[in-house]
Amino acid sequence: MKSSLIILGFFCGGLLTGYAGLLPEALGRGDYSLYALYLLMFLVGIGMGADSRSLRAMRQYGIKLFLVPLFTVTGTFAGVLAVLWLLPDIGPREGLAVGAGFGYYSLSSVIISELHSSSLGVIALLSNVMREIITLLAAPLLVAGFGRIAPVVAAGATSMDTTLPVITTTAGREFAVIALLHGMVLTVLVPLLVPLILALLP
Amino acid sequence: MLNILILMATGTVLGILLRKRQDLPRRLDRAMTWSIYLLLFLLGLSIGTDQDILLQLPELGYSALVISLGGIAGSVAVARFGWRLLSGKGKGKGS
Repeated sequence: MKSSLIILGFFCGGLLTGYAGLLPEALGRGDYSLYALYLLMFLVGIGMGADSRSLRAMRQYGIKLFLVPLFTVTGTFAGVLAVLWLLPDIGPREGLAVGAGFGYYSLSSVIISELHSSSLGVIALLSNVMREIITLLAAPLLVAGFGRIAPVVAAGATSMDTTLPVITTTAGREFAVIALLHGMVLTVLVPLLVPLILALLP
Repeated sequence: MLNILILMATGTVLGILLRKRQDLPRRLDRAMTWSIYLLLFLLGLSIGTDQDILLQLPELGYSALVISLGGIAGSVAVARFGWRLLSGKGKGKGS
């Protein structure tokens, strides 16, 4: 939770700095951020390669590892498409790209703001922060209404870290491993799915 | 778009090669954290200087809320159905 606040602090710091005109405007528009994103994605790749946990989990659980994340991915996409009629300015490509952040707001918002537009980047930031906050607040209700797996899939990629404590307290300790693996799979999927959706959908 | 996927793939190969380096995860985490800080600061900066987006903020917030609620509701609905199938067929994982 502390790191989430720092992350949002940097965003708000940038917002205020820009609004107050403290830094040259060109800094926000130039290619600097694109190169920074390239660096980040390179680092994300190294992390994926160096992390033997994910591979070990894959060997241990095989295809079963992907079943719960599959619910989250298909459910999120179906749910987003189902509500798009409320948002006339947002097409399926944009909606699905934002949804594919699965709560991983820091990474999804910077990818989307570079590859699409700042305004969709802001939507991605807010929407994925909200996914985390709603899950934190509504976890007990989700368990009561929809079963113990509900807070795990609602949490998306955050089920491995920020929302893990609330998942284990509401759904039960035995869901800790499921939540951890679910979050790991989605964390890997976010940097793959978001650019792919923006590249492939019309 | 392709650049990003190529960079990630190159990084993954490098990461596999560097697996023996004990200090890598910690350094990597720090580097990733700071690049995310930088990128979000720049995103904030580009929005702070953009009057149009600032005026649109309430609307963008509404879109964000609708998308996150849709995503959560869809996931929960699919998982409720899917989890029952899994638990029914499996070893009775419960609930």
